[in-house]
Amino acid sequence: MENFNKLLKERSVTYKPAGDGKIYTDPDADRAREYFRDKKPRKMVEKLTTVDTAVSEMINDGDYIGVGGFGANRIPTAVLHEIIRQKKRNLGMAGHTATHDFQLLVAGECIDRCDIAYIIGLEARGLSKVSRKAVESGAIDITEWTNAALTWRYKAAAMGISFMPVRCMLGTDTEKYSASMEMECPFTGAKYLAVPALYPDVGVIHVHRADVYGNCQIDGIMIADYDLARASKRLIITTERLIPNEVIRRDPDKTVIPYYLVDAVIEVPYGSYPGNMAYEYFSDEDHLKEWLKVENEPAELAEFMDKHIYSAKNFNEYLDKIGGMARLQELRFQENLIEK
Amino acid sequence: MEYNDMELMISLASRYLEDDSIVVVGTGAPCAAAMLAQKIYSPRLMIMFEAGGIGPLLPSMPISVGDSRTFYRALSASSMPEIMETCQRGLVDYTFLGGAQIDQYGNINSTMIGTDHKSPKVRFPGSGGANDLGSLCWKTMMITPQDKRRFTEKIDFVTTPGYLTGPGAREEAGLPANSGPYKVITNLCVIGFDEQSKRMKVESMHPGVTREIVIENTGFELLWDDNLKESEPPKKEELEILRNEVDPYRYIIGRA
Repeated sequence: MENFNKLLKERSVTYKPAGDGKIYTDPDADRAREYFRDKKPRKMVEKLTTVDTAVSEMINDGDYIGVGGFGANRIPTAVLHEIIRQKKRNLGMAGHTATHDFQLLVAGECIDRCDIAYIIGLEARGLSKVSRKAVESGAIDITEWTNAALTWRYKAAAMGISFMPVRCMLGTDTEKYSASMEMECPFTGAKYLAVPALYPDVGVIHVHRADVYGNCQIDGIMIADYDLARASKRLIITTERLIPNEVIRRDPDKTVIPYYLVDAVIEVPYGSYPGNMAYEYFSDEDHLKEWLKVENEPAELAEFMDKHIYSAKNFNEYLDKIGGMARLQELRFQENLIEK
Repeated sequence: MEYNDMELMISLASRYLEDDSIVVVGTGAPCAAAMLAQKIYSPRLMIMFEAGGIGPLLPSMPISVGDSRTFYRALSASSMPEIMETCQRGLVDYTFLGGAQIDQYGNINSTMIGTDHKSPKVRFPGSGGANDLGSLCWKTMMITPQDKRRFTEKIDFVTTPGYLTGPGAREEAGLPANSGPYKVITNLCVIGFDEQSKRMKVESMHPGVTREIVIENTGFELLWDDNLKESEPPKKEELEILRNEVDPYRYIIGRA
């Protein structure tokens, strides 16, 4: 400890720009505090709305969005479709393993910048041709990060501080094309990478259960959503089912997102389709395969999107088009491993 | 018994995962290797997935590192920061990575081909968690086909750090000390890293493979172990369990 105290006097913290990428969101913690003070509801009021109202009132052209879940697992598909239908433009996006979500928003021409950790690929399923082209052509401005860096950037914001020292990315081109700074630990002198807090304008998260005020329960893995919920300036929640507040109070240790973080609540059954929703339904691999296939032909993609998104009034119509309850029931069977 | 390249690589990889250790894996061959290791060599090997799954009893091969199979009857369904922070704290022994290019120091490119970051010739998905795992886990392994295009002198983009430019470079960059690439398992040989120079060193060649074949398929100069051995081919038990229990639908082993 004595050594630390000596170091503390001797050292001044030094920072060195490490990357030439851009920061797309303001990491300033004081401005975020003022926003949260002035704009976040403290009053526990009912926040039920519809997907189209939430998207039209809470997502503006140019906003930066953070999408919950993990690519094709527990993603808020209904909101993503509505963003496409309402032709939102010039959105920024955090791409920590963004797969089907990124694929959708790129196909809808909604994105113009992205903090990239993992996009384009749909993991074991293959690559999205449209996403790939958008990045290769330079149509989308990008800054490189990693999954951990993005989740820790959310964490810094969730903590109410403007950066986080981390030990990944150092020494690589991933660091060089990021927007990070190298720094020295004031206590030990160790080298760290400082990554800026990420406060998205809008966070969108699909959960298992929520009450009308926005108190939420999530089953299975949280991925980065604990911090995303806290980092987001505005937060839209879609939920598999609405539950009475009494159910929340009966089991308070299940509440991972409390109401005061939430601005809108919408019940959307099967809301992660074609993604996987833990303990509810598995991902629709056939449908995701079809997505990847139609991307080979622009005309086919346009027709596919017209059929499934533009000509669907809402998410329920989309679910009808993909085979309705019969198909969803198959996916429920798969999820519960009745068929491995 | 007959076997293909994928079965060979998975079997070899499974033998390196020590019991009572922790491995973070992705989908595909690494997951198969970890499952095989659990069933034969290391029953208490702890498997983690970067999206949050800890110690699942995997009912079948996951298709995403965040799908519900990655926490099926698991010890914990946690979160991405929980897994990444566990790596950063120094609790994770092994990880497996893949990539489009790798150099003699085990640096990996999974981001792009080309010279201009703004308009790459080919763009790949990117780091995902690869850079994090390769930075923060103790030992990084690769399962990969070997050819000149992939094993190249200079990779177009260093997505994930190997030993960077050589001895001491990881520490100099600020990465945790004593971590880094461990084994590269290819369709031709098993490669380790020379303790002094941190360069790739061939430890064993697979049955029927010659030095010439390995050299022809490598774009840089390899070191050779004084004790160069022949890799032990997959055993009957490994193949049976791999085919019948780990990957019965041949999702992975059918790719060879």
